[in-house]
Amino acid sequence: MTAQVYVTPTLKAEAKELSFFYGGTAQALRSISLALPDRHATALIGPSGCGKTTFLRCLNRMHDLYPGNRYAGSVVLYPDGINIVDQTIDPIEIRMRVGMVFQKPNPFPTTIYENVAYGLRIRGSITRSDLKAVVEQSLKDAALWPEVKDRLHSLAFNLSGGQQQRLCIARALATGPEMLLFDEPTSALDPTATARIEELVTELKQRITIVIVTHNMQQAARVSDYTAFMYEGELVECDRTEKIFTNPSNKLTEEYVTGRFG
Amino acid sequence: MSLKNDIGKSTDAKLVRRQILRSQLRDRFFAVGGLLVMAVACLVLLALLLQLAYDGIGRVSWQFVSSYPSRFASQAGILSAWIGTILVMILTAATAIPLGIGAAIYLEEYASKNWMTDVIEINIANLAGVPSIVYGLMALGLLVYEFHLGHSFLTAGLTLAMLILPMVIIATREALRAIPPQIREAAYAVGATKWQTVRDHVVPYSMGGILTGMILALSRAVGETAPLITVGALSFIAFLPRSPLTSEFPFISLQWLFDPFTVMPIQMFNWVSRPQDEFHVNAAAAGVILLAMTLAMNGLAIAIRARFRKRIHW
Repeated sequence: MTAQVYVTPTLKAEAKELSFFYGGTAQALRSISLALPDRHATALIGPSGCGKTTFLRCLNRMHDLYPGNRYAGSVVLYPDGINIVDQTIDPIEIRMRVGMVFQKPNPFPTTIYENVAYGLRIRGSITRSDLKAVVEQSLKDAALWPEVKDRLHSLAFNLSGGQQQRLCIARALATGPEMLLFDEPTSALDPTATARIEELVTELKQRITIVIVTHNMQQAARVSDYTAFMYEGELVECDRTEKIFTNPSNKLTEEYVTGRFG
Repeated sequence: MSLKNDIGKSTDAKLVRRQILRSQLRDRFFAVGGLLVMAVACLVLLALLLQLAYDGIGRVSWQFVSSYPSRFASQAGILSAWIGTILVMILTAATAIPLGIGAAIYLEEYASKNWMTDVIEINIANLAGVPSIVYGLMALGLLVYEFHLGHSFLTAGLTLAMLILPMVIIATREALRAIPPQIREAAYAVGATKWQTVRDHVVPYSMGGILTGMILALSRAVGETAPLITVGALSFIAFLPRSPLTSEFPFISLQWLFDPFTVMPIQMFNWVSRPQDEFHVNAAAAGVILLAMTLAMNGLAIAIRARFRKRIHW
């Protein structure tokens, strides 16, 4: 296994001929090979049902929660070179290293503070003052601190949709992930809230590897450094974002980014 | 080219108004009908309560609550019965609630979904509908004759626990199922294990529904008579079970579990089946107190539920 790992210092993760099957039979991903550069944002675009969310959920083994799902191929996580989808590796370990933000904000129905603190609480052995400091720092990193610093112990559901989504980002950041997955994080938000999330992603990608699934091509163009275009479970093209949107090599990509289908 | 349907044509306002009127009439008809049905249900309940109170309230006194049964109606009381009911309910709750919640969590969160779990699910639903006397017979054979637990508090508590266990399991599963998968995924995504997700999120957030199920189940158990007669309840007990606290080390005694028992409904049943009217009054008075006990138990459960709901808000 270790002999096959070729080290490219600029990569955070790399899918190698990754295939994925729902319920054992329906093939949703066909031999995807995609490199995810470290501390950059990679956007996944493509029409509905093309497998971009399926690919994203392979990266933190979310598919393991439902019976019958099967992976083939590998996703190498650097720097240690482990295979994320290797069934001998505990998905909990992967999820402790790779965070996720979902399509609809899904805070726990508890307080703002408890939402952010939860990931650290289950890791155990942290003093109360350390926990408090991490919660504060995470909320600052998620650009939510000024709005909630006086009501940390009020319920998360009292926040607006955009604030809830930033709370979910803070919750993911609190555990110090190496990579952060965004599954259409702004599809349920208004333009103002969307702009704030995009701003946040642009800031965070200086420090964390980001993979973002989006239906919004302007969003992909605004926040990402690399863009991968997927179609019917296959990776059509992946390149620098400017190139994908100005001069794609593939005809299908060109048709999609110019809005001729999708 | 014209469209076949009437899209874009101006609507006939008179026709629309007539349609609305017809729908509103139906609406009002249902509202009145519903009100009537509800009134009938409430009136029947109210009549029962008033009748019971009218017959029995005069007999409710400190003497009645603090006396043992007697062959003289005026000296008879319900001391051993109400203490018996409380002890049996504690045993029932202490057995059925943890077992039921545990089984429901296993079935809902851990068990793989296959024909085995389907069979178990159907059977649990069926068990909830089995007549209570059948549970009594089973308890007599299993607990009394097989395990030699005697005609005791322990037997009574376990019998009622078996009776309400399916209800507890079903109510808990429904409550767990109501938690959206997004909440579970949120917990898993920060690295929680299945147990942490269940313990920290799924169970606390469904506690309201679980406790509602417990209220219904325990309310059923508190009034059960038939299975307890089957396992050998006595209707004339002129002593209390042995105290759970003792003066000697280790200060706690479980001897009372094996003492003979009676409960309120059995005492009532016994009095009702006597010919003298005075005993019928006693039965009504015991009914008033049993109702009050049930209300107090439910009140406690509702208070606990309210505490849970205050901390969690959807």
